[in-house]
Amino acid sequence: MSAQSSIRDMFFEESEELLEALAEGLAQMNAGNHDDETVNAVFRAVHSIKGGAGAFKLTALVAFAHRFETVLDEMRGHRIAIDSSNLQVLQRSADHLADLVEDARTESDASSVQTEGFLVALDACLGASPGAVVSEPDEPFSFAALSLDLSDIAMPAEAAGQHFRIEFRPHAGLYANGHDPALLIATLADLGDVEVELDLSRLPDLPDYDPAKPSLSWRIRLKSEVEETVVQDVFEFVEGLCDLDIKREVVEAVSEPAPQPPMPADEVVVAVERTDLARPAPVTPKEEGDGAGLTESRGPKPTLRVDLDRVDRLINAVGELIINQSMIAQRVQELRLATDADVVTHVEDYRLLARDIQEAVMAIRAQPVKPLFQRMSRIVREAADSTGKSARLVTHGEGTEVDKTVVERLADPLTHMIRNAVDHGLESLEGRIAAGKDPCGTIHLSAAHRSGAVIITIRDDGAGLNRRKILEIAKKKNLVSQDAELNDAETDALLFLPGFSTASTISNLSGRGVGLDVVRNAVAALGGPVSIASNPGQGTEFTISLPLTLAVLDGMVVSVAGQVMVIPITAILETIRPGVNDLHIVGTNEQLLSIRGKFIPVVDVAKGLGFTRPANHPEPKTLLLVETEKQGQCALIVDRVFDQRQVVIKGLDTNYGAVPGVSAATVLGDGQIALILDPDAIANNRVLPLAEARTAAKLNEERKLAVA
Amino acid sequence: MTIKVLAIDDSRTIRSLVQKVMEDAGFECTLADDGVQGVTRFKENPPDVVITDINMPNMDGYGVISAIRGGSLHRNVPILVLTTESAPHLKAKARDAGATGWIVKPFDDVAIVSVVRRVTGARA
Repeated sequence: MSAQSSIRDMFFEESEELLEALAEGLAQMNAGNHDDETVNAVFRAVHSIKGGAGAFKLTALVAFAHRFETVLDEMRGHRIAIDSSNLQVLQRSADHLADLVEDARTESDASSVQTEGFLVALDACLGASPGAVVSEPDEPFSFAALSLDLSDIAMPAEAAGQHFRIEFRPHAGLYANGHDPALLIATLADLGDVEVELDLSRLPDLPDYDPAKPSLSWRIRLKSEVEETVVQDVFEFVEGLCDLDIKREVVEAVSEPAPQPPMPADEVVVAVERTDLARPAPVTPKEEGDGAGLTESRGPKPTLRVDLDRVDRLINAVGELIINQSMIAQRVQELRLATDADVVTHVEDYRLLARDIQEAVMAIRAQPVKPLFQRMSRIVREAADSTGKSARLVTHGEGTEVDKTVVERLADPLTHMIRNAVDHGLESLEGRIAAGKDPCGTIHLSAAHRSGAVIITIRDDGAGLNRRKILEIAKKKNLVSQDAELNDAETDALLFLPGFSTASTISNLSGRGVGLDVVRNAVAALGGPVSIASNPGQGTEFTISLPLTLAVLDGMVVSVAGQVMVIPITAILETIRPGVNDLHIVGTNEQLLSIRGKFIPVVDVAKGLGFTRPANHPEPKTLLLVETEKQGQCALIVDRVFDQRQVVIKGLDTNYGAVPGVSAATVLGDGQIALILDPDAIANNRVLPLAEARTAAKLNEERKLAVA
Repeated sequence: MTIKVLAIDDSRTIRSLVQKVMEDAGFECTLADDGVQGVTRFKENPPDVVITDINMPNMDGYGVISAIRGGSLHRNVPILVLTTESAPHLKAKARDAGATGWIVKPFDDVAIVSVVRRVTGARA
């Protein structure tokens, strides 16, 4: 990767952060916080995006950011009001800015068609400020070229030709600003031949001499064919800091050399304005020196940027460490030492340390959900706009940290649920008014840690689920039998069935044939269930529960047909040793478990995975009651339950490909490789495709390959 | 002797760009994220030239200039202001604050190097 393209990547990465800061700042302004630092932070975010974009010649982005910034500059100068209509324009402009950044990143111009509309809106904000002048970022202020490329300039000067006579008398400020007359003269020398004469006439006699008062001046004769502006540009930075007089003289010669062409505009290296600096500026900006105080330090905490690969390598190594720790622990346990033996306490310390390291390493990958939540306020705005509703998003627990992968993969399902909440959850404007509610609906989005999981809830204050209608639709679509009688929870669960949609017309928001089943599957892929609660007239709440990390799992270690396997604890509701009367045979081979008046299908894990128990194998006695996504509750038959423990997940996909019924593998304390089962898949396909008589030996061989 | 540049900008992108251009030109480049850090770096390791952004959190570019010009050591070091503002009154303001010169963003690699050479007297 070239340095340029990696800096380009960095620009987009940084832009994401700036867009987040922008969203954050606007949210604060929306909440009524209009202090200078907040408005300044918003300004700086847009300003920095513009600055970076300019470096990569992303003109569309620069042009829009510039206009956006102009409005913000007026706001921080208190020349235009920070009112709700202007804030709305700012928020939409921020959304559009994000689109333009995305366009620039993907090198498309999909969003640029909308730019004009946003510019009009931004201009309308400025309209309220009579003094505001919208300047174009590339307005044709007079550029003059300055270049030190000697090949262009240092032509051997002819005896005849152009001369400049320069009188140069520095003021004290010139020295104070870090200038050095010798350097200026040296720069002139780059343009041609110079003759320098030091003028000491202003040097006072020694008694009157004040070293702080400059008393030297120079007369310089420059022989060069450059344009006069080029000579003036040498003194660009010292304008006003010296007395300067430049006179051009032309000595006629018999054959006049062709004049040097002026530099083409694209070689402009320093932009110079020939504007009279004494003229009052059209806009008097607010003093910018207010940032000079040291008291405010809203800057980000010091961070270290680390390549994600390195973190993952570390996580992998820590995984091995945990496995190693449990192996040692198991060996020590096998020694049957006294519980107060030194080695036993050390091993226990080792376990605690390993756990600490693991948590610390996982925390590296943890990210707050805040950026994700912030993006959702845009979704609410857009969904409200296109449905003609009025809605706001209120977030809680933005600082809750979740594994990076979880945050990333949560974006799509969350977007969908938020849209759903606005589209289906909230009543129409008239409906809300009729119900005596605030016309503006509220969507609450919250995140919290609860017992090793992250709970995300999406709650609307709409009408609640219309269960009668849900049942009606489900029947019409043959999703349930016509005479089905379902309780509230069962009715609500119908929403997650594939192909279900309650909207009578498919809106362009949450329609598109994508239903909550997709959301449910996406969340399930992250290892969590989705649940619904709803109160008529008060709203609906969706709850997603997610594991904190995707790298370790609390599992129940069981044996199935002589194989050691792990079942995720989160899936297990309870362990049952059924009595003889609890199991009922239905049809040829189906078994049902009767528990608390309900019948639950029983699935033999061994059969499901295609194992055959040896003839002399004792009849399995243990059932694990699991909750599955699609089949509801289901009881899995296993031979024996060993214990519960935390296992490190080792993916099978890269080495082996997906195995139905098996989600991953792990290495147990005794070095044995154990498969981690996917109860859902096992319950779904009671007999899995791989059920052809697969011998345990063959499976073992495959597992070794997979985990290698 | 290698020219030492101190670049102060809150934008990581711009900092990296300046650093790359300066190092490609054979200069030594130290970076700072904001004005406060910039002034600290300045004191730790006085550079031959400072390139600073104006709009920054904690301490802006004007703050940096006045901290350096108001200090006792190396107060006359050249300070270049890196700015997207091309408005004349802002340049005048930078000059009044004590800036040696300015570079308008988006800057051109050749330009920024030539300006640094110009104010430090470094030859190509």
